[in-house]
Amino acid sequence: MIWGVLQFPGSCDERDALNACEVVGDEARLIWHEERDLSGVDGVVVPGGFSYGDYLRAGAIARFSPAMEAVAELAAAGGPVLGICNGFQVLCEAGLLPGALLRNQELRFICRQADLLDDEGNVLSIPLKHGEGRFYAPEEMLDRLEAGGQVAYRYADGHNVNGSSRNIAGVRNEAGNVVGLMPHPEHAVDPLTGSIDGRKVFEALEKYA
Amino acid sequence: MSAHRELGLTDSEYELIVEKMGREPNVVELAMFSLLWSEHCAYKHSKKLLGKLPSDGPRVVMGPGENAGAVDLGSGYAVAFKVESHNHPSAVEPFQGAATGVGGILRDVFAIGARPIAVLDSLRFGELDSVRSRHLLDGAVRGIGHYGNSIGVPNVGGEIYFEEPYEHNCLVNAMCIGFAKTEDMVRAAAAGVGNAVVLMGATTGRDGIGGASVLASAELGEGDDAKRPTVQVGDPFEESKVLECCLELLEKGLLVSLQDLGAAGLTSSAGEMASAGEVGIDIEVAKVPLREADMEPFEIMVSESQERMLAVVEPSRVEEVRAICAKWQTESAEIGVVTDSGHIRILKDGEVVGDMPVEALVDGCPLYDLAPAAPAAWIYGNKETLSPSADSASTLVALLAAPSIASKKWIFQQYDSIVGSRTVRRPESADAAVLQLPESGNAIAVSIDGNGRKVACEPFNGTVEAVLECAQNLACVGAEPLGLTNCLNFGNPEKPVPAWQLDRAISGLAAACEELGVPVVGGNVSLYNEGPDGPIYPTPVVAMVGELPDPAQTAPSSFANEGDAIGLLGPFTPTMHGSEIAKQRGELEMGLPDPNVAAVADACATVREAVRAGKVASAHDVSDGGLACALAESSIGAGIGCRADLQDLRERGCTPDEALFGEGPGGFVLSGDRTELEALGALIIGEVGGTTIELAAGDRSLVIGLTDATEAWRSLDAKAESDAEPPADA
Repeated sequence: MIWGVLQFPGSCDERDALNACEVVGDEARLIWHEERDLSGVDGVVVPGGFSYGDYLRAGAIARFSPAMEAVAELAAAGGPVLGICNGFQVLCEAGLLPGALLRNQELRFICRQADLLDDEGNVLSIPLKHGEGRFYAPEEMLDRLEAGGQVAYRYADGHNVNGSSRNIAGVRNEAGNVVGLMPHPEHAVDPLTGSIDGRKVFEALEKYA
Repeated sequence: MSAHRELGLTDSEYELIVEKMGREPNVVELAMFSLLWSEHCAYKHSKKLLGKLPSDGPRVVMGPGENAGAVDLGSGYAVAFKVESHNHPSAVEPFQGAATGVGGILRDVFAIGARPIAVLDSLRFGELDSVRSRHLLDGAVRGIGHYGNSIGVPNVGGEIYFEEPYEHNCLVNAMCIGFAKTEDMVRAAAAGVGNAVVLMGATTGRDGIGGASVLASAELGEGDDAKRPTVQVGDPFEESKVLECCLELLEKGLLVSLQDLGAAGLTSSAGEMASAGEVGIDIEVAKVPLREADMEPFEIMVSESQERMLAVVEPSRVEEVRAICAKWQTESAEIGVVTDSGHIRILKDGEVVGDMPVEALVDGCPLYDLAPAAPAAWIYGNKETLSPSADSASTLVALLAAPSIASKKWIFQQYDSIVGSRTVRRPESADAAVLQLPESGNAIAVSIDGNGRKVACEPFNGTVEAVLECAQNLACVGAEPLGLTNCLNFGNPEKPVPAWQLDRAISGLAAACEELGVPVVGGNVSLYNEGPDGPIYPTPVVAMVGELPDPAQTAPSSFANEGDAIGLLGPFTPTMHGSEIAKQRGELEMGLPDPNVAAVADACATVREAVRAGKVASAHDVSDGGLACALAESSIGAGIGCRADLQDLRERGCTPDEALFGEGPGGFVLSGDRTELEALGALIIGEVGGTTIELAAGDRSLVIGLTDATEAWRSLDAKAESDAEPPADA
């Protein structure tokens, strides 16, 4: 499949995401935030970083970009969309994913390796790095997400360093083709730089292409 | 005749300006001269000494005088690097001071066409029991994180010491590493009469006015709060756009030359570009995009607003350049032209408001000889915090818990250390940071070091030791040094003792680099670092970049396997001079033994080759806190205990105390197969295993649980966090 990796002013991890798509055997190209046409692309990664400097609120400006209009259409058509860190924040701001990301409980940026659990109970070692990664949603919405199988990734016990509700690290939409998470799977694809467990996060979405 | 004094110029300097100009300078010209003739820009007390440093080598691509130094990596690629201080701004306003320190060093590196791939920092504060130090530490760490994290450049390492002499004058030195195709790199010299001068990036405001002269070139003292307006305010988002914009412009070959706007703003960037290219430049201040209307021409010329770059562009290319700036949503304006006049001329709406010969402005500042005098005795005082009669176990715990030795996890966890996918060794997992470079098929290692306390004991030997420590750190990950840069942080050079410290330290730096064959490709000098109680410890911070052929072949600093032998390698003869234990016992005094540079270099080569060949399971250099701390650190990181007998050091003339806790250059703690270690010439001192750290040296011995050692080493978190202000930033 061919991934498009969005690039906003202030994106930081777009090259890492491109590299990760290639490591898992897919093709990938950068999509400038002003591009409205996603033809030729099967799925989209909204990468990490500080789009538009995170001014106003993380992801609040990027969601209005022309490329995000096209991403919403792709998502509605059932195409795979993966939001990582700032990309997760953008997808929440755009209403493509439920919930919101708040300041970390300890009020500091934090960068470290963390253990995540996927649906099947696999433990994935993936780094996280963010200042606003505390997943929040109202209690009834959390109940609904859990009942509907929309919790995609949870922090293992002792690894919820930002204070996320119910240890939630990542969620998916009802159809399952849009996934967002705070940890960085694109930084877990090379044994030399840490682990390779992040590949599973990309591979899990390939079936929607 | 008093305006010039307020701007930091002496009467004789002013008279020299009048002589060179043939008239009294006007207000615009005086403001510009005062900045370019400041210590910060003119290096007037250090330039004569810096000439001693060896700067040539077969791998040098760019040396001193460029925005950053660079060395060849093979395969058509080069690595650029530089360290710069932002000490006084950080002492006045730590968050913005440190943030803009990072911003400035990033610009220096992308100004030569290299993409920043890593940041490191070297920090000094007063003791952590001081509220002021905790405030400065918290602000500086948040500032460094805020800027670096937001711009997507990983912070891969650094060092930090807490010492009383930095209480009033903290040090914030930031380093940036860049990676470039050698053919895409660009110099800072203006060229081509008739070419356009284009200002790119942020708008120009009234922030940072007089930063280089008022703040950076004078001692701190009472009323420094009033200097806050001289501290610049950073915007990493703007920098991120300018960075990508400049790299795209250079890749497309659209720029003749490029220079960042740092200290002294447009004045120094235009002046230095004109001087390097031996041309003149006319600048029309009415064309400079302003943050606020009604700025005076002198304010526009000296503003230190951040995130700005100055480029020389062929006239036919200006539209294309401006279109790319627009794509990156950053300002651009054609503000001037390269001339053959040899003058910098400042115009406002076509009327000349300043006109100075480039030679006088940029290179005309008088250079001063120092009047050095060694102090009669130790001038920094002593304070006993650990009884000399304490038993060895509690001594080791006290050393591991010393903030300068303890784990810096609290700090580095606040930095993104992985963006860019190059970080092979994360902070505290090896003695040097290791970055893979798939493009050139190899990797680099970086280390930054400088122990001011030891330099205070003996500036020449102390500086040699700092260079050796860097070389040893590189050896531990299998890297061979390619080049060195430095940031010389000292007190007031007009006073005899700081002058002596500076003079001796530069001589030591030159001697060590000469003997190791490592070229000094750049540097920065920060003087007048003093508080009410006197100068800071003389602190030459040195940073070395090395090359390793295979990023998969590096050694961790922690032990790896139960049952491995532990070997001590190198010409290590520890003493108490300038050590952490001498500090804690209140026994600091002048003097530091002469290091044997050649023998340390040989040991480095042995370790390097062993690491590359995969013959050792771990490698860690013996540094602060001596062998006992080095062994404990390798155990704590691994979660495995160790047993060692240091009796054999007695043959080198060491007392049991010196063997355990003494310090000195040249020591490596290796672990691995016993026969392999013996074949390397290592002295086998013990074995990895168990849940305790058991050390013996003659009549002194100690046993502590790994859990207790770990708790002591992890104690910085609580000390640093205790009453730090809640962060106000994102």
